[in-house]
Amino acid sequence: MERSKRFDLLARRDINKETYVEPWPEAGLIVADSPYDPQPSLSIEDGRVVEMDGVHQRDFDALDIFIASQALDLETAEEAMSLPSKEYARMLADINVPREAIARLIAGCTPAKLTDIIRHMNVLEMMMGLAKMRIRRTPANQAHVTNWREHPALLAADAAEAALRGFAEVETTVRVARFAPFNALAILVGTQTGRGGVLTQCSVEEALGLRLAMKGLTSYAETLSVYGTEKTFVDGDDTPWSKAFLASAYASRGVKIRFTSGTGSEALMGRAEQKSMLYLEARCLLVVKGAGSQGVQNGSISCIALPEALPGGVRAVLAENLLASMLGLEVAAGNDALASHSSIRKSAKLMLQFIPGADFIFSGYSAIPKRDNLFGGGNFDAEDFDDYNVLQRDMQIDGGVRPITEAEALSIRRKGARAIQAVYRELGLPDITDEEIDAAAAAHGSDDMPERDIAPDLEAADAFMAGDDDFVAVIRALQKTGFADVADNILEMGRQRIAADYLQPSAIFDADFKVQSAINDGNDYTGPGSGYRPAGARWREMQAIPQAKSPEGFVDPHIGEPLSRLVEIGPAAKGAGREVVLALGPAFGTALATTIGGLDHDDVLEAILTGVAEEGLIARVIRVYHSSDCAAIGYVGARLSGSGIGIGLQSRGTAVIHQKDLAPLNNLELFPQSPSLTLGTYEDIGRNAARYALSAPTVPVAVEIDNGARLRLIVKTALLHRRETDEVCPDRPPMELRFDWEPEL
Amino acid sequence: MTEYPLRDSKADELITHSGRPLSDITADAIDAGELTGEDLRTHADTLRQQAQIARQGGYPQLAANLQRAAELTDVPNEELLKIYELLRPERASFEELARLADYLEDTYDAAENAAFIKDAAAVYRERNLLRR
Repeated sequence: MERSKRFDLLARRDINKETYVEPWPEAGLIVADSPYDPQPSLSIEDGRVVEMDGVHQRDFDALDIFIASQALDLETAEEAMSLPSKEYARMLADINVPREAIARLIAGCTPAKLTDIIRHMNVLEMMMGLAKMRIRRTPANQAHVTNWREHPALLAADAAEAALRGFAEVETTVRVARFAPFNALAILVGTQTGRGGVLTQCSVEEALGLRLAMKGLTSYAETLSVYGTEKTFVDGDDTPWSKAFLASAYASRGVKIRFTSGTGSEALMGRAEQKSMLYLEARCLLVVKGAGSQGVQNGSISCIALPEALPGGVRAVLAENLLASMLGLEVAAGNDALASHSSIRKSAKLMLQFIPGADFIFSGYSAIPKRDNLFGGGNFDAEDFDDYNVLQRDMQIDGGVRPITEAEALSIRRKGARAIQAVYRELGLPDITDEEIDAAAAAHGSDDMPERDIAPDLEAADAFMAGDDDFVAVIRALQKTGFADVADNILEMGRQRIAADYLQPSAIFDADFKVQSAINDGNDYTGPGSGYRPAGARWREMQAIPQAKSPEGFVDPHIGEPLSRLVEIGPAAKGAGREVVLALGPAFGTALATTIGGLDHDDVLEAILTGVAEEGLIARVIRVYHSSDCAAIGYVGARLSGSGIGIGLQSRGTAVIHQKDLAPLNNLELFPQSPSLTLGTYEDIGRNAARYALSAPTVPVAVEIDNGARLRLIVKTALLHRRETDEVCPDRPPMELRFDWEPEL
Repeated sequence: MTEYPLRDSKADELITHSGRPLSDITADAIDAGELTGEDLRTHADTLRQQAQIARQGGYPQLAANLQRAAELTDVPNEELLKIYELLRPERASFEELARLADYLEDTYDAAENAAFIKDAAAVYRERNLLRR
């Protein structure tokens, strides 16, 4: 079979490692608008819902009953359901309609109505909607911190670094469930070392999660999973009522909760009932709201590859984020699980949440290597930290993190690891050695850590879980071992638990340990001039990536002693005979001493003059003052040349062979890629110029094409050119130069 | 919402679940071994204030949750876990759930939770989610 080399290459691209499937509504493999999705409808009699989305109350399943009784605002329902879906869509995209006006009506919308609104919206309109409907004004980010060794010092070090990087929440989980209390402890101590007020959680089975919270080892819980069909819900071993009770139980202990839902889970569990993923998600979200959860983690989460296998999948994931924010829920917007092999695709998908902003843009940015991620691999990992910081800086969009230096990272990691070491020693847990501290401070991941004896750790974890020690013991241990600041941060978390302000919607703690939620930082976006945008100190912090250099540093290496062998002898006159004129830029050999490629100016001169001499001609050297433009310099040279052939040479090394009868911006040969030019190339340029002057057949000089050069060197190019332009004297005529040099022929 | 956050506006009035004033919760008190986990827990009245703030902020379901949470502050950890377990699918009979609701109301004055559990029991019976 004939094979296209191009298709063969395309087949090996990352994008073609993905799975794509055609929709199959009967199996729930359809992201939105299944032909089996119901039409929106609602009938209320005597203050009770008797029919919803085409289902009579006698046929209601447990979710319908819960939604009808707990989630819907029946007072606005009639008005809400009578407003055409397209009107909602237009209001969502309209900057002049404030979020409150929409939220009031959305409270009376059924799942099918919510889904129907989305039908009218494209991705851009939904992003506008999310920017407005997000309930907290200031966006934030959550990190995942795990490692396959479940090493306490590494967990603490990574948590400390994540906190320093600005993540507002840090989530961990377990490979071995018995490690739960120690993993929770390590990220508690680590985060509070990095920054006081970072909320932490450990994702484990529901009852175990509640026990961790009761011990004060976690301050929020997120993985209270809900599903869009009754059967899936029951397969998940819960009902809306048990989940709602769990939510209250957490709140009674002063712990923030967020439910988890997301497209695709019902299809994955084989119980989608022919409904589209988005419709089922709308049902989930009304259960979440009805249960009194302040927020939701959605955006497909661990099922993300399933909607992404289907057409419109990424759009549907944005739609579910938007639906949640429309319902007044805090949204931790996904972007957590590995969604694509392709960097292009994963970054493009991220933009749908990154640009409008979300309460948490990631419900777990993997602040660790992919290999250490126990959530199934992050979509963005520690390896992508710098990329992510640059995205913030590029777009002036607050992605919820900040750049840090290597020294800052090493220091905070060591402190976090030492703090957990101190807690372990004080509480009589298996020792963490100084060798493990050193490894954790410098580590990228588990592979950099020494082996640890797991059996005693697990035994100690069991005993710790069964015993009375809680976060008060941890605070005391830190106080006794010289970590008073970390102890104070955990103690303040305790006081905040008493005040319970962070149970309000979309609560985080800001850099000053002040609660920031939809109550005191409500989103007020109504278009340009309103809402959140990074400015002042925050924007300066986002700009200050350690990789950014001062502009002066680009030019300094190219400044040197003026060429003593190059002497100005008088105004340049028009020449005669077969000569070549080499016209130099105003800074050549004076203000600047080397080309962008680092070649000394006198070496370049020698190379060109050698090339000319090899063809038996002599080159006259002049300096052009009135312009720093390469074509203009070369053109002046050509016009003064007896043969009509001139070479223009800028200080940064860009060269042109010009001819007097050509238009100024035309040329015989142009060498724009100065970084790639070698002394050999310059010699060839000189030789070719001489051959043109001799009217000899001439093959253009071959130059290596390096398409990355401009990318790497454009700042330097601009600044070197600016330096040369500084030397321009508009009224000064070209001057003849003498270069003290004889060809070695 | 002038009183929010309570951590700032009510720092002098907030008390812990154990009845201590918030101002007692100091590093020195921890160091002296005077505090336990019970002293770093929220009080029912605080949750009721937060419920009020949520309601005024336009979050009625969250407010209802915080009201139920307020009732649960006095329920011991192990009992909370047992109640949650009983509410999971097919764990309890209708009568067990009804008794549980009454128990919560009688013992902890937890009327909201009691009503919520009775609602659940009725739905569980209808939807075949009771213990078989």
